Amino acid sequence: MLDRDQVLHVARLARLELSEDEVEHMATELSHVLGHIEKIRELNLEGVPPTSHVVDVVNALRPDEPVPCLPVEVVLAAAPVPVEDGFGVPSPGAA
Amino acid sequence: MSTELIELTAAQAAERVRAGEISAEQLFEAYRERAAADELNAFTWVADGPPDANSNAQLPLGGVPLAVKDLFCTEGVPSQAGSRILEGYRPPYTATVVRKLAEAGAPLLGKTNQDEFAMGSSNENSGFGPVLNPWDRRRVPGGSSGGSAAAVAAGLAPWAIGTDTGGSIRQPAALCGIVGCKPTYGACSRYGMIAFASSLDQAGPLTRNVTDAALLLRHMVGHDKCDSTSVPFPEEIVMPRSEDLKGVRLGVPEELTGADGGVEPGVKASFDATLELAAKLGAEIESCRLPHAPHALSAYYLIAPAEASANLARYDGVRYGLRVDGELDLTTMYSRTRDKGFGAEVKRRIMLGTYALSSGYYDAYYGTAQKVRTKITEDFRQAFERFDFIVTPTSPWTAFELGAKTDDPLAMYLNDFCTVPMPLAGIPAISIPSGLSDGLPVGFQLAGPAFSERRLLDAAYALEQVIGFDGSEARR
Repeated sequence: MLDRDQVLHVARLARLELSEDEVEHMATELSHVLGHIEKIRELNLEGVPPTSHVVDVVNALRPDEPVPCLPVEVVLAAAPVPVEDGFGVPSPGAA
Repeated sequence: MSTELIELTAAQAAERVRAGEISAEQLFEAYRERAAADELNAFTWVADGPPDANSNAQLPLGGVPLAVKDLFCTEGVPSQAGSRILEGYRPPYTATVVRKLAEAGAPLLGKTNQDEFAMGSSNENSGFGPVLNPWDRRRVPGGSSGGSAAAVAAGLAPWAIGTDTGGSIRQPAALCGIVGCKPTYGACSRYGMIAFASSLDQAGPLTRNVTDAALLLRHMVGHDKCDSTSVPFPEEIVMPRSEDLKGVRLGVPEELTGADGGVEPGVKASFDATLELAAKLGAEIESCRLPHAPHALSAYYLIAPAEASANLARYDGVRYGLRVDGELDLTTMYSRTRDKGFGAEVKRRIMLGTYALSSGYYDAYYGTAQKVRTKITEDFRQAFERFDFIVTPTSPWTAFELGAKTDDPLAMYLNDFCTVPMPLAGIPAISIPSGLSDGLPVGFQLAGPAFSERRLLDAAYALEQVIGFDGSEARR
């Protein structure tokens, strides 16, 4: 059901640079899984509201009061490439 | 002395410490030695010495050490969620449930191995190698909280916490012969839990018996201002002491207990024997229908991957974890980092979820799955008008051999057949050991309405007493 082009398209959306092998496997495996999942499309679900969350909590609000946050150096401690007081990233345009 | 300590349940150990009969430090050290000598690959990190354990001696949990699934953030301690993309990550803060348990007197013993980002039913998807089942080391412990389950079953930890999204506490508990409880969605804070599927994920206890589960859960629940989906637990969780099931109505759903679910004969036999015991205790047992339950697996394998694909977008090589370097533009850096850091199953689920959410397929897949979720919730609501609890086998199979299902993702997913409907409906469920089949543990599952944990634990306790399961073999 999922062909090579669809796999590459989805992988691009998901920001995954899959290897040639992975692309091939993914097409077979996802098609197999989707083949099973497809069965729910046979159910008559007209007028059924979707459930996105099971807890009846609407707009959990709190007073907008400033509280201390983690120090910059603590947050940056785990960063692969800290730059001064921020996270270093390659330029979006650089090749 | 050490063996005697290990044979105490966590609640008994806490009691003895609090009475001054044993020292918290000695208890911690006995477990720390066992955890450090772990041959099951259950731990990814073990504490190097007792914390100020004796300061816990007067607290409710008496200094009884706790094993914690790797995906709970623990300040300054590796928290890698079983993934190479987070290798060596030490978070700057601690998950709320871990903090609450530490404050109640259960110090951190170690972090336990798991399927990568909790995606798996066998623990073979860990970036740090599979966990072995203490009942038979050629077999899997279940997943994704397999390290926590194996550690408790083998007596490497007195008790543990894990997370359950589609069965990740209950199924490994079943396969390892221990108790595992998935609370009502919202009962425990998710703050500091490395997210898989946010509308389903819940923390819960994995313990040697029901009393230990109740004691741990009692100190886990409650509203947390850091998790707006957490709610105040409506009642105090007291220690279970019910000795019978008089007047308790148990519903046996045809859809989850028949041949359709692929329930193995040995599992079915143990399930039926447990129903007979329940009847002897006074339970009223009848078959019931959950018409949409067979579709729960499909709905789950759309909703959970969809949410995961969004949650895992954060692993981009910028703020923490792995980065693939080189003369790369930003998008290529993201894509190569993610391809290198994620394992095969995580990539599969990200792809599945991204596909289900993508333009043109959203309504057909994700939208449909959300409607099925509504129908499943309604099925349970109707069933609970007639029954106190729904009972099923926890897993259709006992522990399978390592590698037996790794080539067929769908076969692996079918393992979750009996455990996925409950998280979709947000309701609590508990798995208790019901016996052995060919020398391997079988789990019996009870599910109740939202926030029925107290009654659920009571019923499970009553059953546990008459089942009389002996798990000591796995601790040798």
